[in-house]
Amino acid sequence: MAIIIEQPDAPRSRKGAQWEKRAWIFMRASGIILVFLIIGHLSVNLILPEHGVKAIDFAFVAGKWASPFWQVYDGLMLWLALIHGTNGMRTIVNDYTEREWLRKSLNIALWVVAATLILLGTLVITTFDPCIDPNVHNYLPELVCKG
Amino acid sequence: MRTAGESVKVIGEVPSFQVTLIVRRFDPENDVEPKWQDFDVTVHGTDRVLDALHKIKWELDGSLTFRRSCAHGVCGSDAMRINGRNRLACKTLIKDLDITQPIYVEPIKGLKVEKDLVVDMNPFYQAYRDVKPFLIASDSPKAERLQSPEERARFDDTTKCILCAACTTSCPVFWTDNQYFGPAAIVNAHRFIFDSRDEAAEVRLDILNDKEGVWRCRTTFNCTEACPRGIEVTKAIAEVKQAVLRGRV
Repeated sequence: MAIIIEQPDAPRSRKGAQWEKRAWIFMRASGIILVFLIIGHLSVNLILPEHGVKAIDFAFVAGKWASPFWQVYDGLMLWLALIHGTNGMRTIVNDYTEREWLRKSLNIALWVVAATLILLGTLVITTFDPCIDPNVHNYLPELVCKG
Repeated sequence: MRTAGESVKVIGEVPSFQVTLIVRRFDPENDVEPKWQDFDVTVHGTDRVLDALHKIKWELDGSLTFRRSCAHGVCGSDAMRINGRNRLACKTLIKDLDITQPIYVEPIKGLKVEKDLVVDMNPFYQAYRDVKPFLIASDSPKAERLQSPEERARFDDTTKCILCAACTTSCPVFWTDNQYFGPAAIVNAHRFIFDSRDEAAEVRLDILNDKEGVWRCRTTFNCTEACPRGIEVTKAIAEVKQAVLRGRV
C-alpha cells in the first residue's frame, strides 16, 4: 500500500504501546481472579471458622501457612492485589500529573513500594516459621514446636 | 366552527418568559482569568439556548463570541457546556432546562479558550487526523465498491459523528492532558476500521494501540451521554479495544 500522509506536527510516542495493552489485559484478568480469591479468603478466615473473626490468631495463620495450598493461595493474592493496585495508581498518576519529572518520580516511588511489599510478603509466606521464640509461650501448643 | 384566522392566532401564542444566562466570558486582550457575566433575556417557549445567545449578541452585548454555522444540529460548531453538560446550543430548548434557575453557559473543557465560548479546536482535529479518517483501498474500481446492508450496518452508528467535540471534551482523561486521542477520534477510526471496503484497519488499530490510545478509556460513559447525535461512543471504543486485542476486525 503506497499511501503516505504527512507526519502530524507532534507525533505521539509509540513507546510502550504493547505494554499498555498488556497492562489493560492484566487489570481485567487479575481483577476477575482476585474476586474469587478474596471471597475465598474472607470465607475461610471469617465465616467458616466456628467463632468467626475471633478465631484468627497466630495459630490460625500458622496452621494455614503450614499447607503449601495456602502458601500459594496467599502468595497469589499478594502478588495480584499489589500489582493490580499499583497499576491502578499508575494510571491515576498518569492522568493527574502534568509535570513529567513529577509523574516519573511518583511512578518510581509506587513501584519501589510495591516491590518492597511483594518481596517482604513473599518472604514471610515462604519462610514462615511458627516457632519464632521458644521462650515466648501461648503461640502454639507445645506439641507443634518441640525443637 | 373556527375560522382560519382564529386557528392561526392560537398557533401564534407561543409563551414567552424571562431567563437569566450566566455566560463564562474571556477576552484575551484584557482578561487574565475568565469571568462569569449574567444576562437577563426574554425568550419564547420555542427558543433554544443558541437563540438566547443570539439575542444577547444582537441586542445586549455585541462582543459576546461563540461559534455557530448551520444552527440546526448538523455542522457541530456550537458545542458548549450548558448547565454542566456538553450539548449543542442549537439543539437545547430553553424550556427543557430548569428555567427557575439561571442557565450556565461555558466553553467546552480541555481545549484552550480563545475568546468567550470559542476554543482552540486544533488538538481535537489533530487527533482526528492521526487516525487517518478516510478510505484507504489499493484497488482501482471501475464502479462503486459494493457493500451488503449488513456490512454497512456494522459501522452505521459511527458515521453519524459531526465532529462537534462534545464527547472528547466531556472525557475526564482528555481534560488532564491533550495527549489522549479522545472519543471522537476513536469513533471516526471505528467508522473505517469496520468498513468492509477499507483495507487499513490494521494500521488504525496499531495507531490506537498507542500509550495514549484506546487503553486510556476508563469507560465513564461521559462521551455517550454528551453525544448530540446519540452515538454509542463508549461501545464503539470497546469494539475497537476488542479488535486491537484480537489483532483484526
